[in-house]
This record gives sequence, C-alpha cells and structure tokens, in this order.
Amino acid sequence: MERTQELLVNMGPQHPSTHGVLRLMVKLDGEQVTWCEPDIGYLHRCFEKLSEQKTYPQVIPFTDRTDYLAALLNEMCYVEAVEKLFGDAIVVPERAQYIRVMMAELQRITSHLLALGSMAMDLGAVTPFLYCWRDREKIYSLFERITGGRMLYNYLRIGGVRNDLPEGIIGTPQDGEDKADKTIWGFINYFDAYVYPQWKELVTGNRIFQYRTQKIGVLTAEQAIAYAASGAVLRGSGVKWDLRKNLPYSIYDRLEFDIPVGKNGDCFDRWWVRQEEMFQSSRIVKQCLAWLAENPGPVMAKVPRVLKPPKGEIYHRIEGARGEVACYVVSDGGTNPYKVKWRSPAFTHLQLMPLLCPGHKVADIIAILGSIDVVLGEVDR
Amino acid sequence: MSQARHELDWLNDEVVVSEVDVVNENVIAGKLPNVIKKVLGWGYGNSTWPLGFGIACCAIEMMAASSSKYDIARFGSEAMRMSPRQADVMIVAGTVNEKMAVVVRRLYDQMSEPKFVIAMGACASNGGPYWDTYNVVDGVHKVVPVDVYVPGCPPRPEALLQGLMEIQEMLKTGKRGLITKG
Repeated sequence: MERTQELLVNMGPQHPSTHGVLRLMVKLDGEQVTWCEPDIGYLHRCFEKLSEQKTYPQVIPFTDRTDYLAALLNEMCYVEAVEKLFGDAIVVPERAQYIRVMMAELQRITSHLLALGSMAMDLGAVTPFLYCWRDREKIYSLFERITGGRMLYNYLRIGGVRNDLPEGIIGTPQDGEDKADKTIWGFINYFDAYVYPQWKELVTGNRIFQYRTQKIGVLTAEQAIAYAASGAVLRGSGVKWDLRKNLPYSIYDRLEFDIPVGKNGDCFDRWWVRQEEMFQSSRIVKQCLAWLAENPGPVMAKVPRVLKPPKGEIYHRIEGARGEVACYVVSDGGTNPYKVKWRSPAFTHLQLMPLLCPGHKVADIIAILGSIDVVLGEVDR
Repeated sequence: MSQARHELDWLNDEVVVSEVDVVNENVIAGKLPNVIKKVLGWGYGNSTWPLGFGIACCAIEMMAASSSKYDIARFGSEAMRMSPRQADVMIVAGTVNEKMAVVVRRLYDQMSEPKFVIAMGACASNGGPYWDTYNVVDGVHKVVPVDVYVPGCPPRPEALLQGLMEIQEMLKTGKRGLITKG
C-alpha cells in the first residue's frame, strides 16, 4: 500500500483559531492527524508567584486576568476561599451573596456566548460571532454600570462586594427588548425571547454545523473522568456532575435549576451543553433578581482594615464557566498569602487534545479545540 | 534555560528602525507630484489591515472593536490578515513574555513595509501589573519599534480606534509610510 510521508505541522502560536497563543504540533498523514501535542507557556504571567508578594485584597485583580472571559467567577473562587480561611470571623451578608451569584451567572452567559461564537467562527460561520458580540455588549454595558469595568472588574471583595447595585438597574419583569442594555430584567427577557431561540435555530439546528461537529472528538464518560475533565466537557460526555448542585457553595442550594447533560461526548454535545447552560443561568438570574428587588441591606461584612487570616490552608472549588475552578491558599498568618495555587479547568482540558485529535482530519482539530473552549490566560496563568 | 537566555540576548539591544522607509520615500514617492502623494496617503490610511494576532485579555477588546457595536470596518481595518505578509499594522494585544517575544519579533520582521505597531494596553506598553515578574517583557518596545501606545487595562474599543486613527493620521499627513511631506 502506498503511504504519504508524515508531515509535522505547527499550528500557532499566531493562528486564527487557537484562541490565543497556543501552539499545536500536529503530525499529518495526508489529511489524517496521527499525533497532536500542545505546547503552552506563551502567556505565562507568573500569577502564582506574584500573588505571594501582594496582600490578600491585591490578589483579586490578578485572578481577573487568569481567565479573562469569566473574570467574576475567578474572583468568586478566590474571595470565597479567603473567607473560608477566616472561618466565622467574616460573615458575608446575604444580599452580597445574591449579587455575587447573579453576576457570576451573567458572566457565565457572556463566557458561553463567546465560546459558542468563536467556535462557530472557527468552523467558518462568521455571522454567529457578530450576534454573540451584539449580546455581549449589552451585558457589558450592564456590568459597566454595576462594577465600573467592561471586562475585568475587581468587584468582589473579601467579605462582600464593592458597591450595591445602582438604582434602577434591576428593572421590572415586564422590561422588554428595548431595555436590554439598561436593566437586568430587560436583558434576561431579551435573552429568553430572542438570543436563546436564535442560537438554537441559527447554528445548533444548522445541518452543516451538525455535520462538522457530530461524532467528532468523542470523549467517553470513563475517559472524561480519568482525565479530570469538568464543566461542559464532562457533562457533554454524559456525567451529571455540577458543583453548584453536588457540592453547593454560596447560595446555590436555594436556587432552582437543571443540569443539562449530553449523551455522546462529541463536539456537538459539548456545544449543546453550553447552549442549555446559558438558559439555566438566565433562570438563576431571574430568581436572584426577584430576591434582590425585595431585600435591601448591607453588601459588605465588617472586615478588619488589614486582613490577616489565621494560619492554615484552604482548598475551595466552584463551578466556573469552563469547568471546575479551584484555588488553594496557604496562610502563614501574615498579610500576604504564603502560596496561591490555581486549578484551572482549561489547563486540564488541554491535555485532552492528544487523546481526541488522532484519527480525525486536520480541520476537525479546530472543532475539537473550539468545543473544549480553552482560554490561554488560564492555561499558562 | 541557559540556551533560551542566549537566544533572547538581542532583547537588550537597541532597536534599529529599518531604513526601507527612507529608501521608499526617495525612490518611489519622492518624485511624484503632491496630489498623487495625498491620494496615496488617503488610500493607505483608509486600508490599514491589522494582523489578526491576539495574545491576552486585550485581544477580547480587540475582537469587540472589530465586531458589531464598535465596527472597526468604518476605518477600513476590518480585514484581519492572518498572514503577517499581508498586514500593515500589528496590534500587540496583551502581555508579551520571554517565550512570546521571539515570536512577536519574527512576525514583525515578516511584515512588509510600511508597517506600524500599536502597543495595546498596559502590559504591551510597559508590563502593566506584571512589570516586576520574572517572565514578562515589560514593554513591547524592547522587542519591536512601537508607533502608538494605547493605555488601559484593557483599553476600551474606542481607545483602540483612536490609536488606529493616529496611525491613519501619520499615513495621511506623510509623517510615516511611503509618502513624504511636500
């Protein structure tokens, strides 16, 4: 049998579809991928070492910049870990908890929107990318009014949040499309009525898109667990595991939502899980808004001016946008953390590339990479 | 590690701006009448194609600038070229570390003249919040000559658009590029 020569191809670090500065080394036999290996480190910014030199509150802006698409979720992870370290000394007000959860779920919607939009763009459909930005800008303008920042917020504080919601931002459940970038209710109603159905019809129901993603990069449930996958990658493979339900933190045990679970573990299922998760997030935001409208109160606990947690160590994990975000903080009783270790889901998921890619065509690498949704800031930290 | 250090020695060297600009001014544009120079400048200015090259957080704002709301196409820069050989302006959107610096320089060298560099955001301008760490190049000007610095962490899309307009201004007035003044 005649065989073509194996060809080593470098994808990246400057490449349209690598979601940042990832370098993939790919061996090709014709168009068939025989071997794939990611090379990381192009965005290593020394977050963990840097946080040893900063005081506890000063680390928060750096957590923003690890996974810059889901900044609030990272802040939430770190802030809750430090609060846990303090034990009973800091009691976060209930209103602050609700604001945190609401903001986190809105952030999850933005993150998933970009994940879907960029994956669709990598597969050749540019229109969904523009739609994704149209809707993201609406959330951005809400976030800008609440936190002051568009993308990186530094909004959560150890012991609460920086400021209460500005007046009139909650709106009323009757707010329609015209108030989508003015009130949160307006956005949520707009999302349910237009955005979510549009994604379903425009992309998910698109036959070309389905051919490009179905039965591509199949990850079985056993493999997913063995590779420590989490988030949409794990649930796409049919494992029902969501930290918000299984190990509830903050106030998630009071909220009602479902966990979408895929069946086949292919790229399409991971896509589908993200799309459904956005809808569940909008359900959570609605419940938070109903509570927030009726319960005014403080948003910041009484916290000493200089934060010195007692000696000890803590490991706290939350359900981030990409999977399980966790942080391990060691305190030696001083003002600076002795050690901050970040567990980032994208880093864990990137090791799936050598497993999923071989056997597929070279164009499918892009689909697989898009479906596991890596953010290189989080991989390299 | 020692070898990697060795490769990066040129980081400390002085940046030499290439002389191709000067040659172009004299040979191509220098003899043309003023009207044609102005027309050429207007044309170049309104079709500066950026290199599609996002590094970190700022890349997301660059994407925002190029999509629905801010629509960079109004300034003729919507065509993100994935090959450096087709690009006119390199937007360094994010933190450049020592591993990436080599790549940035290589991409810059592959671009054809006239070429421009926008350092977008605090990290590319001077290292930003990461300035005193062991792996971050504090300021992309240590690697490539920078034309416009855009402050912010990350800058708003409007700020990036203003940076782009500065470059258009340079091209139109003939401060840089193929066209000379007068």
